[in-house]
Amino acid sequence: MVEAGRSPNIEILSNARLEALEGKPGQFVARVHQEPRFIDEDKCTACGMCTMYCPRPVVDTYNERLEVTRAPHIDYAQAIPSSYYIDAKACLRVNYETCNLCAQTCTAKAIDFSQKPKEHALEVGAVVLAPGFGRVDSSVLERFGYGRYPDVVTSYEFERLTCASGPTEGHIVRPSDNKTPRKIAFLQCIGSRDETCGNGYCSTVCCMYAIKEASVAKEHEPDLDISLFFMDVRTQGKGFDEARQRAQEKYGLHVIRARVPRVEQVDGMLALTWTTDDGKSHSDLFDMVVLSVGLDSPEDAQSIAELADIKLNHYDFCKTTAGAPLATTREGIYVAGAFQGPKDIPESVTQASGVAAMASELLAESRNTCTISVTYPEEDKAIEAEEPRIGVFVCHCGVNIAGTVDVKAVRDYAGSLPGVVLYEDTLYSCSQDALKSIAEKIKENRLNRVVIAACSPRTHEPLFQETLRSIGLNPALIEMANIRDQCAWVHSQEPEAATEKSKDLVRMAVAKARLLEPLAQPTVDVTPNALVIGGGAAGMTAAISIADQGYRCVLVEKGRKLGGNLSRLAWTLDGQDASSVLDSLKKKVKDHPNIHVQLESQVESISGYVGNFTTTINSKGKTKVINHGVAVLATGAREYKPSGYLYGENNRVMTQLELEEKLKRGKAFLKNARNVVMIQCVGSRGEDLKHCSRLCCSQAIKNALMIKEHSPDTNIYIFFRDIRTYGFHEDLYREAREKGIVFLRYMPDRRPEVVRRGRGIAVKGFDRLMGEDIEIPASLVVLSTGIAPGDNVELAKVIKAPLTSDGFFLEAHAKLRPVEVAVDGFYLCGLAHGPKSLDESIAQAKAAAAKAVIPLAKGKVAVAPIVSQVDQKTCIGCGICESLCPFNAIRLVKVNKRRKAQTITASCKGCGICASHCPTLAISMGGFTDQEILAQIHAFSGGKCEDEA
Amino acid sequence: MSQYGAILVLGGGVAGVQTALDLSELGYYVYLVEKKASVGGVMAQLDKTFPTNDCSL
Repeated sequence: MVEAGRSPNIEILSNARLEALEGKPGQFVARVHQEPRFIDEDKCTACGMCTMYCPRPVVDTYNERLEVTRAPHIDYAQAIPSSYYIDAKACLRVNYETCNLCAQTCTAKAIDFSQKPKEHALEVGAVVLAPGFGRVDSSVLERFGYGRYPDVVTSYEFERLTCASGPTEGHIVRPSDNKTPRKIAFLQCIGSRDETCGNGYCSTVCCMYAIKEASVAKEHEPDLDISLFFMDVRTQGKGFDEARQRAQEKYGLHVIRARVPRVEQVDGMLALTWTTDDGKSHSDLFDMVVLSVGLDSPEDAQSIAELADIKLNHYDFCKTTAGAPLATTREGIYVAGAFQGPKDIPESVTQASGVAAMASELLAESRNTCTISVTYPEEDKAIEAEEPRIGVFVCHCGVNIAGTVDVKAVRDYAGSLPGVVLYEDTLYSCSQDALKSIAEKIKENRLNRVVIAACSPRTHEPLFQETLRSIGLNPALIEMANIRDQCAWVHSQEPEAATEKSKDLVRMAVAKARLLEPLAQPTVDVTPNALVIGGGAAGMTAAISIADQGYRCVLVEKGRKLGGNLSRLAWTLDGQDASSVLDSLKKKVKDHPNIHVQLESQVESISGYVGNFTTTINSKGKTKVINHGVAVLATGAREYKPSGYLYGENNRVMTQLELEEKLKRGKAFLKNARNVVMIQCVGSRGEDLKHCSRLCCSQAIKNALMIKEHSPDTNIYIFFRDIRTYGFHEDLYREAREKGIVFLRYMPDRRPEVVRRGRGIAVKGFDRLMGEDIEIPASLVVLSTGIAPGDNVELAKVIKAPLTSDGFFLEAHAKLRPVEVAVDGFYLCGLAHGPKSLDESIAQAKAAAAKAVIPLAKGKVAVAPIVSQVDQKTCIGCGICESLCPFNAIRLVKVNKRRKAQTITASCKGCGICASHCPTLAISMGGFTDQEILAQIHAFSGGKCEDEA
Repeated sequence: MSQYGAILVLGGGVAGVQTALDLSELGYYVYLVEKKASVGGVMAQLDKTFPTNDCSL
């Protein structure tokens, strides 16, 4: 977000709405109406005086109406744009020409009532719709006592209550009496999976956020007793099932599978009554009820559809297909995020990158025609060479740090350290106005070393480094002390000790900062080609996108033909003919001049670094060498083959994919099928594979409906644990029940068994409603066997890319970098990343293509300055470093007939293994020299900052 | 006339902001149109995120 606020090529139009869209793909004119903020963004310092003096209270919508603010305000401290604004509806000056108090108190003279609405006519080549989701109508919430009973709250309100920067600073209180509740119930599927309110779909995210909110609540108040009422627990995301299991065990959350029909109030308590699937009725009293509200289509969906001339689906979300999940019904207009269908953050971020690829494909020829490039002022080498003048900025991070650590005491302590000429505290150092003010103070005080005592350098160091660059200082001259994670968070119960530790960390950072040296910032040229490994749906989609964006790519497939698992599918989940999707992908790949396909080929080795890889592939026994700048991993996965269930022993037992292939060939075999029994989670969710395979529920029901269509008299039974037909797939589940398909829940300790009965077979299970064992004679038994990882181990070793414990490739960050691998220059999509449906694979492949093209489009990549450097005078050429380097980034060369080590700067990841093993201390790490680290250690032990250097 | 090298992104939530960032990196100018006074959408209101309980800002 802050990055978006800083990019010169992103213009944020706040308080704005689209009014009209004219023209055609490549040449649209968008008319945008923008309401004034009445506060000049460039002048506002976000001091908050205007809010303090304004007499006009307004409800704080950011805090879910749990708090009151004033007409001039900012939604939250880190908001972008980082200036305050005036709520025009409430302001006395705007509406009645009276007051004007804020303008008088504003010392920056930022308040400007002369601002008028603006009309923009924007010339754009493409449009991306990402309006998000809407709120479920309050009439639905009222059915559960919301509005009538104060202690019934929505999940949005509860989120703000658990938040440290929320209205209660993270204390969980009952709205009725402001006391801490003892028993809380979460009711799921409010406004979801509910035809009576028009939302027949599953909102996909509520199960996860409810578990998260319950876990956070338990962290804040360990004595809470929390029950969650689910119809099905739908934690089908990557790693989510395991996380749910851990949360349940760690926090003792009670998971109850039941839908609570209503909420009553009895003696100030909230009474719930429910029926479990064994037919028994239960009731209990709670202090507080949280309604896990679903995601509705955006309120303005209809008007957006009209303006953009696109179609909506039957739930008023954007209409898309499984083969083209990010395309609207109009060319040049794309969709990402919850407007495409309810989804979580990783999926939204993935789709966002995916639509960027779509727009980049369409507008490849006009790349770099409208952008502005940033130039940094020249580095001021003179000031860098002066005696260290250190500035220390201690961050409150709202109450994240200041709630525990005495920030002012840490700040004053910093002032006592040698070399420190400026010491200040800031509310949020990362906010745009704070960064501006830090930059100004560095200049005013001629600082040449900076210490930021705040959060993790992992997330925020680049931001502060950028600030230094913008004023002509080398970005290496900054040091961070992580007093949030390492002090405020881990020692939240011991504020004094946390404050002392913060002082220690600041003292150490200052000691190191005094020795910091500017580091060179090299860049390397990029070979403008890509390698795509894997020729399934994901690999083909990625290759086509990269090629359409104007770059050449080699597509390597180990099999004899393209298609992967898609070639075994008969229908997509939205009922399209899967072979038409496959054929269209294959045709595009074959016809594209930028794509070169290598069948029956496998990667043998990869060397190099982002921008310059050299890969050797084995193609039908011959070795080929490919030079490329980036690589996309789309190696897929395989259908899990179970043991047991008479699979492989009896030809009436088959997997879902085998059934689908059979159905594709003809329906005659259904003629005498009286009973078909499907068993879910064979292998998945703890049997052999730990993970949930995500799509087997939807696939099974899709196939069951297909059987019903051709053979209506066939009885179908589905044994399941939780039916996870998330999103619009819920429609399939409802249709299946309407058509008489019988669903029988089983518990993992009582799995159904397939047994021989004479010449036939039967499935033995337990009917929870009747409370008795049952046996169903089966004409066919179909096993939903889940998705097992492919042979990723070898490739992972070649690339040095990490795998998850389940054997899938691990992304660099689950939310922020869902399609990138931790190793620069590698991107990830499709089943290689984890189980997912066809539309999700395609969206992810587009996203990987967008990320992969970024370095190609830039033509250069910056190399991290934290690299090792060998002092060749001290080096004895022993070669230990070369043998230990995991990145092949150090080699021995002959210098004056002696062996000496040398770093390959572009390959070096700065891990420091070489430096720590060098027997003569000849290797030093940029930003982490021995002297710098020793100074830190001395500062820690000495208690005061001595001059060790 | 050739194509325009700018793109309009409607909505400044996590999806819109990420789209804008990627497009700007890919060499396009982006107009990010947000109906509220600040970008960030619902994600900015979240305290922590599932399953790692990372801060969402």
